[in-house]
Amino acid sequence: MKAAVALTAALWAAPALAGWEPTKPVEIVVAAGAGGASDQMARMMQAAIQKNSLMKQPIVVSLKGGASGAEALMYMKSSEGDPNKVLIAYSLIYMLPLSAKIPFNWRELTPVAVIGLDQFVLWDNSAGPKSVKEFVEAAKAASAPFKMGGTGSKREDHVLTVFLEQKTGAKFSYLPYKSGGEAATQLVGNHTESNVNNPSENLEVWRAGQVRPLCVFDKERITYTSKVTDTQSWADIPTCKEEGVDVQYLMLRAMFLPGKVTGEQQAFYVELFHKVTQTAEYKDYMEKQALKPIFLTGKDMVQFLEEDDALNKSLMTEAGFVAK
Amino acid sequence: MEAFGLLLHGFAVLLTWKTLALMMVGLVLGIFVGVLPGLGGPNGVAILLPLTFTMDPTSAIVMLSCIYWGALFGGAITSILFNIPGEAWSVATTFDGYPMAQQGRAAEALTAAFTSSFIGSLVAVLLITFLAPMISSFALKFGPPEFFAVYLLTFCSFVGLGREARHKTVISMSLGLLLAGVGMDTVSGQLRMTFGSSELLRGINFLVAVIGLFGISEILLTMEERLALRGHAASISLRVVLGVWKDLPKYWVTLLRSSFIGCWLGITPGGAIAASFMGYNLAKRFAKDPETFGKGRIEGVFAPETAAHASGTAALLPMLALGIPGSGTAAILLGGLMVWGLNPGPLLFVEHKDFVWGLIASMYLGNVVGLVLVLTTVPIFASILRVPFAAVAPMIVVSCAIGAYAIQNAMFDIWLMLGFGVVGYVFKKIGIPLAPFTLALVLGNRAEDAFRLSMIGSGGDLKVFWSNGLVGSITTLAIVLLFWPAIDGLLGRLGWTQRTGATAR
Repeated sequence: MKAAVALTAALWAAPALAGWEPTKPVEIVVAAGAGGASDQMARMMQAAIQKNSLMKQPIVVSLKGGASGAEALMYMKSSEGDPNKVLIAYSLIYMLPLSAKIPFNWRELTPVAVIGLDQFVLWDNSAGPKSVKEFVEAAKAASAPFKMGGTGSKREDHVLTVFLEQKTGAKFSYLPYKSGGEAATQLVGNHTESNVNNPSENLEVWRAGQVRPLCVFDKERITYTSKVTDTQSWADIPTCKEEGVDVQYLMLRAMFLPGKVTGEQQAFYVELFHKVTQTAEYKDYMEKQALKPIFLTGKDMVQFLEEDDALNKSLMTEAGFVAK
Repeated sequence: MEAFGLLLHGFAVLLTWKTLALMMVGLVLGIFVGVLPGLGGPNGVAILLPLTFTMDPTSAIVMLSCIYWGALFGGAITSILFNIPGEAWSVATTFDGYPMAQQGRAAEALTAAFTSSFIGSLVAVLLITFLAPMISSFALKFGPPEFFAVYLLTFCSFVGLGREARHKTVISMSLGLLLAGVGMDTVSGQLRMTFGSSELLRGINFLVAVIGLFGISEILLTMEERLALRGHAASISLRVVLGVWKDLPKYWVTLLRSSFIGCWLGITPGGAIAASFMGYNLAKRFAKDPETFGKGRIEGVFAPETAAHASGTAALLPMLALGIPGSGTAAILLGGLMVWGLNPGPLLFVEHKDFVWGLIASMYLGNVVGLVLVLTTVPIFASILRVPFAAVAPMIVVSCAIGAYAIQNAMFDIWLMLGFGVVGYVFKKIGIPLAPFTLALVLGNRAEDAFRLSMIGSGGDLKVFWSNGLVGSITTLAIVLLFWPAIDGLLGRLGWTQRTGATAR
């Protein structure tokens, strides 16, 4: 089977001088469950590519969210040389190998492009404290455990919770849910006091007035100024630093091919995702879900990944989440 | 009656030739994917989702939801004819449906399954139509303790109300719980029982196990015993259909009870799977002659199918109103909604009335059209039983293998399925029931997570399971059901059983 694949690949490599193109349907591999931020983004790209006819072959989304996303990583690792699978990655590529000792290293994959940076926001129930200061006081004063919901254990949300504790001196009970959507509804139902969801995960409940954004974990405010609710836009949310809690974290959204694909194949996808970032679908999505637009490829991307990896590693180590 | 006006508006949106044609196409495709074990609703919807990107959202959701209804109808066909449940909730349908087929009453069983599916869906759609706003706030009441209580209730009702010897049920359930622990643990973020294998990372998929346990083991048993499917050619005619329908009123208690259970568990996020099992167990519990269940009793088909479809339909409500998918298929539909630029959430009902009410209207129409469609095609499906076993068996094995592979595109799953086939064979030989095993495999993980999250949230205090009226009453009910045989015995001595027996009929 492998030999056959290699043979077809070799046969295809020869006449591919005019530029390689996929000959089979292309799979976008999502390392998260249905409805999560990665899934939404993958569906947006699927729609953008199909509606604008950016590629001849059809594109499908395959959900590989098993084992907190490790399933997708192992799937990409085992698809070496297959140019018809592209992973939509986020910070789990650094964190999962550290916390759960998954035998995976992103350097074994072929980087294509970083296509966005996702924000994190501190949210509480709209019936809860109205500012970061009141929130921290409430957490400190609480007699029962003060509950923070999040996605997964020893990951972005959990790390942020630990750093919030360090900077504020408050104590949280972290409840790891299976998805950001679940964390959102549990906050609305008052089963947790707060969460640190990505904007996209809490957008709808915010618009419905059920949760309140307290601060955004970034150096500067989000730039989108059109109104999301009746009174507020993304840009109206203060940064956590402004509110006296200096915690920052941005999460990459990047595309990877499996290892050992040819330069032409890589180039095809760089071009493809570059075109995707020019579409109306992409721009609309970035604004609606408050992502930071960014497009990095080649050397810039690798340098970015190395720095981001080092940063995540030090955060994970400091939080005590690295498995021995 | 604001809801009524909106519903009429929904029908107006729907009644165009184009939408009706899409509906038929969706239903036929759905029945087709439902018949193939393992392919089922979620995969069918996933494969066809990209086709709908260029449609307007209402047409798209009508077509996709019709695939879903079709798959729900189709799933019953393999459960009854081959003892291979296509979806999680078809498992309980095999208990009496398959024996009926073996006795040559396949057509009757299929008619019963389709009809009760229809009734279950109808009740749930009525519920959605008139109670949508209230229900979504009910679902928000569910935090970790409430979830755990519901799972506990399901497990306890199995042990307390089960047909088999209690110790065997417990053995089977414990093995299922053990296997459910394989893979990544969400709460601690650590791997468990994977022994360094990357194949075991994603855990043991429930559908792979079910296809092996029920489908493959059945083939093995048949080979050993007689090399023939025991079913006779089912002579389906209008007479059989009308006969089943004429008897329907006799079972109104069962139908009503199952619809109620289905709706309740369906809107309880994630509870849809438990519904069919509970519907079946309760029907048996309240029957005068529980020992005839499992031997081809038509009520044993009515009860789980009604509950399964009521819950399958009701599960769409938390998806639309809260963005929580109640089932695998609902999860894919959720992905679709986002592509069409609709964000599920509390505002969907306000901002996209056309879409929501078009969908609800399509549930009515889709189910009516679907019922007619499957009933007219019953003879075709029943005639499969006339094909010699030697020809049909390899086809079943192949379609099982395709199904198992398609779930996660993993070759390893085919080996796993074969392994479970042997396990199922051994279990059947030594009389260990399979249902508790599969139930534990489905709900084990969620129950464990819910329990641990409750413990984190309460600081380790078990009293959290009695901390409010909702969770307290579910937990108490669970414990009553667990010790039901003892309680029943006690009541019997006091002369009370006569009364419960009488109300059941």
